[in-house]
Amino acid sequence: MGKSYHTIAFYPERCDGCGDCVKACSRAKSGTQDPVHSRIQVARDPGGASFGLALCRQCGEPQCVMNCPAGALKKDEETGIVRLDDTNCVGCHLCTLACGYGGITYNSETGQLMKCDMCGGDPVCVKSCRAGALELKTGADLYNAWGDYEDLFVPGISACLGCNSELLIRHTLRRVGPNTVVATPPGCIAGVGAVGYNGLTATKTPVFHPLLTNTASMLAGARRYYNRIGRDVTMLAFAGDGGAADVGFQSLSGAAERGEQMIFICVDNEGYMNTGVQRSSTTPFGAWTSTTPVGTVLRGKTRDAKPLPVIMMMHNCEYVATASTAFMQDYYEKLEKAIIAAKRGMAYIHVFSPCPTGWRFLPSQLIEVGRKAVESNMVPLWEYDHRESRLRFTHPVQNPLPVTQYLRLIGKYRHLSQEQIDRIQKVAEAGIRMLRHFSDEKDERSAAV
Amino acid sequence: MSRTKYLIIGSSHAGLSAAEAIRLYDQDGALTMISAEKAYPYSPTILPYVVSGKVHEDRIFLRDQAWFDKRNIRFLNGATVTGVHAEKKSVSLESGREMSYEKLLIATGAEPELPPVAGLKECPHYKLRTVDDAINIRGALKKGGSAIVLGGGLIGMHAAENMARAGLKVTVVEMLRQVLPGYFDPQAAGLIQKVFTENGVKILTGNPATNVTSAHGACAVSLRNGLDLSAHVLLVAAGVRPRISFLAGSPVGTDAGILVDERMRTSAQDIWAAGDVAQAGSFLGPEKILNGIVPDAVEQGRIAGMDMAGDPSLKPYSGGIAMNTYSFFGNRSFSVGLSLAEASEEDLEVDTIYSPAGLKYQKLVFREDRLIGASAINAALDPGVICQTIRRKVQMGEMKRGFAASPLEYGRLFMSRLWR
Repeated sequence: MGKSYHTIAFYPERCDGCGDCVKACSRAKSGTQDPVHSRIQVARDPGGASFGLALCRQCGEPQCVMNCPAGALKKDEETGIVRLDDTNCVGCHLCTLACGYGGITYNSETGQLMKCDMCGGDPVCVKSCRAGALELKTGADLYNAWGDYEDLFVPGISACLGCNSELLIRHTLRRVGPNTVVATPPGCIAGVGAVGYNGLTATKTPVFHPLLTNTASMLAGARRYYNRIGRDVTMLAFAGDGGAADVGFQSLSGAAERGEQMIFICVDNEGYMNTGVQRSSTTPFGAWTSTTPVGTVLRGKTRDAKPLPVIMMMHNCEYVATASTAFMQDYYEKLEKAIIAAKRGMAYIHVFSPCPTGWRFLPSQLIEVGRKAVESNMVPLWEYDHRESRLRFTHPVQNPLPVTQYLRLIGKYRHLSQEQIDRIQKVAEAGIRMLRHFSDEKDERSAAV
Repeated sequence: MSRTKYLIIGSSHAGLSAAEAIRLYDQDGALTMISAEKAYPYSPTILPYVVSGKVHEDRIFLRDQAWFDKRNIRFLNGATVTGVHAEKKSVSLESGREMSYEKLLIATGAEPELPPVAGLKECPHYKLRTVDDAINIRGALKKGGSAIVLGGGLIGMHAAENMARAGLKVTVVEMLRQVLPGYFDPQAAGLIQKVFTENGVKILTGNPATNVTSAHGACAVSLRNGLDLSAHVLLVAAGVRPRISFLAGSPVGTDAGILVDERMRTSAQDIWAAGDVAQAGSFLGPEKILNGIVPDAVEQGRIAGMDMAGDPSLKPYSGGIAMNTYSFFGNRSFSVGLSLAEASEEDLEVDTIYSPAGLKYQKLVFREDRLIGASAINAALDPGVICQTIRRKVQMGEMKRGFAASPLEYGRLFMSRLWR
């Protein structure tokens, strides 16, 4: 119980109704192109150009299975695929009544019911879709693997509704593991209970509360002590953008320059969220905060954000990466590398952390905000490995969305003028151009020239 | 006295669905499922296919011991509950044992009802509700000869078809003017009747049996219009009634079945009911109805299980809708909701395609721009999508005409959009 599975996702806005998926399915299942044999069907709206899909969703609690009086339908606990056993099926068709997706259909040629079996894990419909409207989502493998790691953060903490930090700290600690000393300077993560109250902590590893200014130096000292007594313990900092980019910067810069062994995670929520939403040096241009108010003269922040991850790259850290909880698979891969790099020196990960409370958006939109930030190139995902001396985009965006698609999700940008939006768009484009100078892409291009 | 936290009486669709719902929320609470039969859980719906031999009785089971073991459920088979003692929260079994519970689900299903026909009780006859019944009928078919089926409902028609396929000369006696009342209107039922007649099954409607006698290994049935029939096999399939006699003297409130609210709670504290035994709210009207169908048993069982376990994600029951699928002599049909409604009824619009030659029928019943009922024979439709169109009260607006012309395509389009 509790396992996740691969799924076929459908993006109707990309579907052009070409019907290649239907043909591919028919060919795979019957050797003909007759759509009568296809387990996937496209529904057309003759009035418009929109399309719908009738396909088995391989439900978590499949109604067809529960309604089958013959025991002919079963959900495979390993693969999650709902299987129809023709030898047990009596043809009562109750499953077709139970399924609201058109996922089990009657084949008038064979006289039998049929349903998608995901081609054993490599569905031909997905491979045939040139428009990219069908995707095989395999993220479940990772969730299954992560589910085996221990959650080292207790339930019942006092984070705001929809807080990104809770998601981040739980996943990070799962992967980094219990052999860790955690430092959380003043900021949201300490504030929600990570360092605790009255002698009780929410973190099931040793945790301490350095000053806002000295997180990296205190962790450096702790690591040096463990090195001296011969114990390999991971040092892990969760600092906000204030504790990393502003007043915490000198100790971070010093520790990076000295090559202190630690994973330093900057939880960048673009301001001082737990003290009343003040601006920081990573608050982007135009953003409302309580110290960059919106009035008749001031229209949000007047300066651009400090590109801290690039600055850390220039410190010759062993490993530097940007990450987002909207791209968990990417984040886990980066954590793996950071764990190893932190044995040699500093691994710095800059995590984009949207804040529903301080940025003014609905908690339910957290992941969507994270996605749009990446897809509009506001927050490019990349990593830098010191041994290769080059930057690599981990989620390159071919056709970036206009930044407005990201900005309009967030209340702190509600007041923006067209002029301000244009500038934000330019800053995003310039940011990508700068990163390309450090990336593989640039090498290839200059080689071509 | 043995104890259990959750006690489920009955092991068919409702009971199993409840057990799964409980275990999704409470993996540890002691859970006991009692079945009156020796067999592992099976569905009464499968029995006509056991009669026909399409499926062997060894292969009909919905769950095995491993399923119970994995979920830490105690399966007590061959145990009949004879009484419920709500005040001391226990049930007594036929064996004389008593078992106490914290939460009780009654999912005992229904049993065949004997119509008030003179002499029927005394005359040897078959019924079809348990696997033993099915094996008995199958044995009788081997001898060949002729059969009379009392009742032209789903069970009767299924059995009649199987008997005819086995080579018997079959007559169906239905007291109403058409077969399959409740699911199909006279026009659709006429088409179905025609197929039966063409396959050698005689169907007599509009005349109830008045008297039954047995003589020399055969039975004789007299109808109200004076017609006398006789056959070697008599199958009584004149409907079912909730199995509630063991509740006599208990505070569990009943009407035709056990009355339940939208969480499947009965009038008695800590007692729930679900499935064919329950009389629950209707989706289409204010009354409480018996809706003895598999999809409702599954849904009611799930709700009861969630409520018993205290699962906070429970959404109250939205009411039962009559629905069924029915296959006969290689043809497919289904019916859902107010499929009997006539166009003459106030504020209803009915869209019908009737093609006796092609043996096709399709009827869609609308109230304003919402679908509220449908029935079809050999029509290309997704029954489940049609059901959800009704249940989700899809307002079709301008797309109603398109839906009426092409319900397969439009139904899928509506659903695909709703599920995003």
